[in-house]
Amino acid sequence: MGGSMFVAPDINYTALLPMIIVFVGGLVGVTVEGFASRRTRYAVQVPLSIATLVLALLALVLLGRDNEGITAAGTVAVDGVTLALQGLVLVLSILGLLVMSERFGGEQPDAFTQSGVSTPGSAEETLATKVGATTTEVYPLTLMSVGGMMLFVAANDLILLFVALEILSLPLYVLAGLARRRRLLSQEASLKYFLLGSFSSAFYLFGAVLLYGYAGSTRFSDIAAAISSNVGMDGLLVPGVLLVTVGLLFKVGAVPFHAWTPDVYQGAPTPVTGFMAACTKVAAFGAMLRVLYVAVEGARLEWQPVIAVVAALSMVVGALLAIVQTDVKRILAYSSIAHAGFILTGVVALDVAGVSSTMFYLATYGFMTIPAFAIVALVRSAGTEATLVDQWAGLGRRSPWIAASFTFLLMAFAGIPLTSGFTGKFAVFSAAVSQGWAWLAVVGVLASAVTAYIYFVLVVQMWLGDPSDAAGTVVVRPSWMTSFAILVGVAITLALGVMPSPVLDLAQSTAAFLR
Amino acid sequence: MSVHDLSHGLATLSLAAAEHEGGASAVHATQADGLAAFGWLLVALPLVGAAVLLLGGRTTDRWGPALATALSWGSFVVGVLVIVQLTGLGPEERSLSVPLWDWVSVGELSLSAGLLLDPLSLAFVMLITFVGSLIHVYSLGYMADDPDKRRFFAYLNLFVAAMLILVLADSYLLLFVGWEGVGLASYLLIGFWNWNPDYAAAANKAFVVNRVGDVGLITAMAIMLATFGALDFATVHGSAGGASDLTLTLIGLALLLGACGKSAQFPLQSWLGDAMAGPTPVSALIHAATMVTAGVYLIARSQAIYDLTPDARLVVAIVGAVTLLYGAFVGCAKDDIKKALAASTMSQIGYMMLAVGLGPVGYLYAIFHLVTHGFFKANMFLGAGSVMHAMGNRVDMRRFGALRADIKITWLTFMAGWLAIIGFPFTAGWYSKDYIIETAFAEPGWRAWVFGGVALLGAGITAFYMSRLFFMTFFGGQRWHEDAHPHESPLVMTVPMMVLALGSLVLGVVLYPTGIITAWLEPVFGHAEHGEPLIPVLAIQILAFVLMLVGAGLAWMMYGRREVPQTAPEAGPLTRAARRDFYQDDVNDALFTGPTMTLARTSVEADSVLVEGAVTGGTTGGLNGLSRVLRRAQNGFVRSYALTMLLGVVVILGAVWVMQ
Repeated sequence: MGGSMFVAPDINYTALLPMIIVFVGGLVGVTVEGFASRRTRYAVQVPLSIATLVLALLALVLLGRDNEGITAAGTVAVDGVTLALQGLVLVLSILGLLVMSERFGGEQPDAFTQSGVSTPGSAEETLATKVGATTTEVYPLTLMSVGGMMLFVAANDLILLFVALEILSLPLYVLAGLARRRRLLSQEASLKYFLLGSFSSAFYLFGAVLLYGYAGSTRFSDIAAAISSNVGMDGLLVPGVLLVTVGLLFKVGAVPFHAWTPDVYQGAPTPVTGFMAACTKVAAFGAMLRVLYVAVEGARLEWQPVIAVVAALSMVVGALLAIVQTDVKRILAYSSIAHAGFILTGVVALDVAGVSSTMFYLATYGFMTIPAFAIVALVRSAGTEATLVDQWAGLGRRSPWIAASFTFLLMAFAGIPLTSGFTGKFAVFSAAVSQGWAWLAVVGVLASAVTAYIYFVLVVQMWLGDPSDAAGTVVVRPSWMTSFAILVGVAITLALGVMPSPVLDLAQSTAAFLR
Repeated sequence: MSVHDLSHGLATLSLAAAEHEGGASAVHATQADGLAAFGWLLVALPLVGAAVLLLGGRTTDRWGPALATALSWGSFVVGVLVIVQLTGLGPEERSLSVPLWDWVSVGELSLSAGLLLDPLSLAFVMLITFVGSLIHVYSLGYMADDPDKRRFFAYLNLFVAAMLILVLADSYLLLFVGWEGVGLASYLLIGFWNWNPDYAAAANKAFVVNRVGDVGLITAMAIMLATFGALDFATVHGSAGGASDLTLTLIGLALLLGACGKSAQFPLQSWLGDAMAGPTPVSALIHAATMVTAGVYLIARSQAIYDLTPDARLVVAIVGAVTLLYGAFVGCAKDDIKKALAASTMSQIGYMMLAVGLGPVGYLYAIFHLVTHGFFKANMFLGAGSVMHAMGNRVDMRRFGALRADIKITWLTFMAGWLAIIGFPFTAGWYSKDYIIETAFAEPGWRAWVFGGVALLGAGITAFYMSRLFFMTFFGGQRWHEDAHPHESPLVMTVPMMVLALGSLVLGVVLYPTGIITAWLEPVFGHAEHGEPLIPVLAIQILAFVLMLVGAGLAWMMYGRREVPQTAPEAGPLTRAARRDFYQDDVNDALFTGPTMTLARTSVEADSVLVEGAVTGGTTGGLNGLSRVLRRAQNGFVRSYALTMLLGVVVILGAVWVMQ
């Protein structure tokens, strides 16, 4: 009788407002692309997208905590974790967008090609350059991706989680292929990312199907209830949990699902790499925390060892491969793999400290990654980015401020005290140790020591290297947008290293999931 | 009676009870309100000055030094106001805390930064900001022609801020921040004229020796953290009773090692003489009045620990006694006016160390002597700077002589300092030193003879070498060329000297017979009278007076009346040894520097032979080899990547399957 009738779910639009603002901003951006003239698009899109993000952040801060709850028929959970991570994604994407908008005095955003669809080196490309085409599509694309990320950390349902995953991923695939220079490499990266992403989505979906078969529902709460009532179909449960997890582990670039990371990080336009590295990690770890802690916490005996081993592998493989790289972007890519391992160490803990330390680490990592890639984009040789370590020789003498900032960020990556990298590692490792995962912390400390080596190589090269070895290298003078992003990132990295307590407290006070 | 009064009364009662039971009262700090809540301004003002001067660059050249001086005085004013507020409270309530921020709080571990405003820290605040500000003023004249004047004042302000952090910290952790801060400022200022390689080397030496001491402090903190789980004074001192004797002794000895490094006590004394390479105001402020006394402060502050570990306390007293004599002997042989003063500083801090090593009865006199010494020694250093100013930066006393006529103000102010340090009755030094000697004589058993004897003997030698310095400089025949044209320093330099001279003379009378200093410090150290000395107090006083006369008279015979040779004459083995600081550098070279350098050279060789050969082929090579293998998987083909992922999934599923 009533079962056949469709009942509209009750939706708390205020709680969803930040996401709605971002999506609407993205749609307006698409409209602008269609109607605004080529010359005015940049001038419209940049303020529009920044304003959208700031507005969303305001809505989040002002309305968020009063509207916590599970809404939209149980598919969206707006709780402390959601709000904290959504806020983090918004702040990081504002910085990321500023870096993407850098023009270095030219007409177009410097990092992006003027004609994404043309074959590199073709007549169409030349024509597009001639008429002054721009690729301002990156702004709506970025906004859509940000919206997807925000939904990703709020999703409380396997289907919605998948939708969010695709919303955040598809724009990233496109963004990755839009580099202005070394376009072939960029397009290859885009295609690889897309193919492997689809592959991992397939794993995820397969896992989701198995879990649906197990619990008869895709809601996290139903799955959790099914596990606790012990329905006895472990043959479906365990592979389901693991396959869903694989899909998420792919997004964070954990070993053995990391292979795309170095190629994509290297090929994508550098500002996009920074945005991707910082924000995707936040979103993917947020989603992973919710799936593991809320939906399948009851099956922890099955997934905890797997996550622990993956964490250890990520730290070790990331560290080992980082030390033999000669390209700065690839070093940062492998370092991001190692960092994924460090963050997983916090995830394994499976208590409040696990959630808060993971969130804290995500913040520290985001705020050091965006400025790091922003600086990489400044160092040029013969018009393209000089990403070889050798090309950075003696940078400290030519641009002491840029080199000092990068040195500081490297210290943070390495986890030296008084940087946020130290406090972040301290937090996740102590969370892991307190739950009996001491061996993981030991592996983590050893891996940190190994990765520190390559960072110090870079530092030595910058300060003690002979500048004449890198004669062609110049540092482009950034506009206020990049400078601001670098400054904010460095300042927060320092602040979280010296006085982490306010943010740690915030992370602790928001670390409870609604179930 | 209001509720407030009632609680006040109860607090007094319970405190009285605590005092009755435990001797020294454990005053618990209450949250500061009113002006004291702005106690952080004490540190912030000079810190802002340092930042403005260092970051402002050349634009601040003109007004920077004046700003730095003003901010230092500002700190002094805040200190006075806080003291005024504190005197309005009952003695037991004079301990206010100013929480600043939570540093780290992860799980069980909680470290926060905060300031502690209590009589002990405020006594130091007064000394640091008052003497420090006077020296800022003096430096306006002394450094007037230095092109890098701004940097100098920035470092001075940095020093004042760091020193205030050190004494105001409410935990060992924050104390350590200040401890390193003053070390940094000291390093920067010793090597201020670092175009001279010797001066730069002196700065490095101070830095390295201090690191040795820091290992002690860090070790102490590590043991505290392991034992008490905290580093703040309240927790550590409050729960010290629960720790084992061995732990407490280890903490006490480790703290002492830290104190020895900072306060140039035996066996870490070697850097202080070389540190005289810095501009003279620096020697006065850092290496005489304030920073070098930080070790004494550390031990006085840690009284709760030393009260429980007589062994460590005895070592403190022994270190003090040894350094006391060592400095005195070295002082007799030095011809460099600043190095002679440095040796005397070492010796005087030896007195303070000895006093804190004597237990509760000694703390008060140690701090009292520390304050008076801060005045008279800074006074004499500034005097020495004025003499150097007059003599074209010469420091060899054998080239001085008969200067009293030409630089009268310097002579008179220096005389005040001289009278105080040799312990002329009723000067500041007489009060503070005599009580230390009496207390030493009141020790039980053999200690009375040893410590009392050493302290008494030291007083005699002090009278000798300080009179030697005084007579060689201001009396006797003229041993400089007519064209040297000694001239008095400008007022901006002599006024601070006059103020300090006045302090050298009257500070004792003002502070001690009136009971001001005892009443002020008693809430911290508790009330303690020394027992009956071995020989009557009057006898000790007469003995000390006679020894002083003998020492000064001997110096007059040898250096005042008789002609002083312009080059140091051949001398016996003892003098030769004292001239070379009893071979401290040779000992250090033989014991530490030599072996360290050999170790370093061997390591370099081992590195090139073993590490680059075997280990690079081993560990690094192993890592590299492993990396190469792993790298092969990163071949750029999507199909391989997809295969890696699939393999990963299969392995994970398979492993979980097998485990189940």
